[in-house]
Amino acid sequence: MGFQMERLGEVTVVDVEGQLIVGNRQELKQKVLEQLENGDRKFVIDFSNTGYIDSSGLGVLVSLSKKIREQGGELRLADLNEDLRTLFELTKLDTLFKIADSRQEAMVGL
Amino acid sequence: METKLILELPNDLQEIEHAVEFVMQRCTTCQMQGRKLNFNLCLSLTEALTNAMLYGSAQDSRKRVRIEVIVGEHEIKARITDEGTGFDPGGIPDPTSPDHLEKCSGRGLFLMRELMDEVRFNESGNQITLVLRSNTGADEVGGEADEA
Repeated sequence: MGFQMERLGEVTVVDVEGQLIVGNRQELKQKVLEQLENGDRKFVIDFSNTGYIDSSGLGVLVSLSKKIREQGGELRLADLNEDLRTLFELTKLDTLFKIADSRQEAMVGL
Repeated sequence: METKLILELPNDLQEIEHAVEFVMQRCTTCQMQGRKLNFNLCLSLTEALTNAMLYGSAQDSRKRVRIEVIVGEHEIKARITDEGTGFDPGGIPDPTSPDHLEKCSGRGLFLMRELMDEVRFNESGNQITLVLRSNTGADEVGGEADEA
């Protein structure tokens, strides 16, 4: 379980392996904010290897999205499984985020 | 036949994942399949324990959180009790309202109510009971039928 980051062109892609929950949410936040401070502005978080996200994880995504937007950047989400997609729909966070079916699709036009 | 589990956890957020995994491994005797067990219950337990540790016991490392789980053939009941003073669950705003949509917290109780068949509190608000049943309308996230 962990977070793998890679740079693809101008886009920083974060792969969330396992779960995004209260026990590890700060690690993700810290890693993304470090890249933001280093000048990165375009982010994709890839959930293709993610089992579930709890409300703390959702909260961190909201927080990161706001901070990235404040710096003129954008955070997109990719490859959520059916359960995770439903979580975003239940909480209406699907209206806040651009959610793509794959990381490649998320990177288009970013 | 019912199986009863009782766990007492230190007030440490890092313990949540292991505790939920321990409980989930012992729920296999319940005739509940797929997403309802593996997603709805797993996530709701995580939310309840998070609330108990973060807000109920206010991250006080001297306090403990108690989990009691009864696994029946068609029903799982989980009761989580913290050592805090409790809260008023009616005072939590709807996190999906426009005023609260961009808040970073406040979605845990909402999710538990969406994912479980029954959520109730004791009078003082420091104990939550989650009930998940098989063969009910809210079979899994989103209310769709389980896949065969």
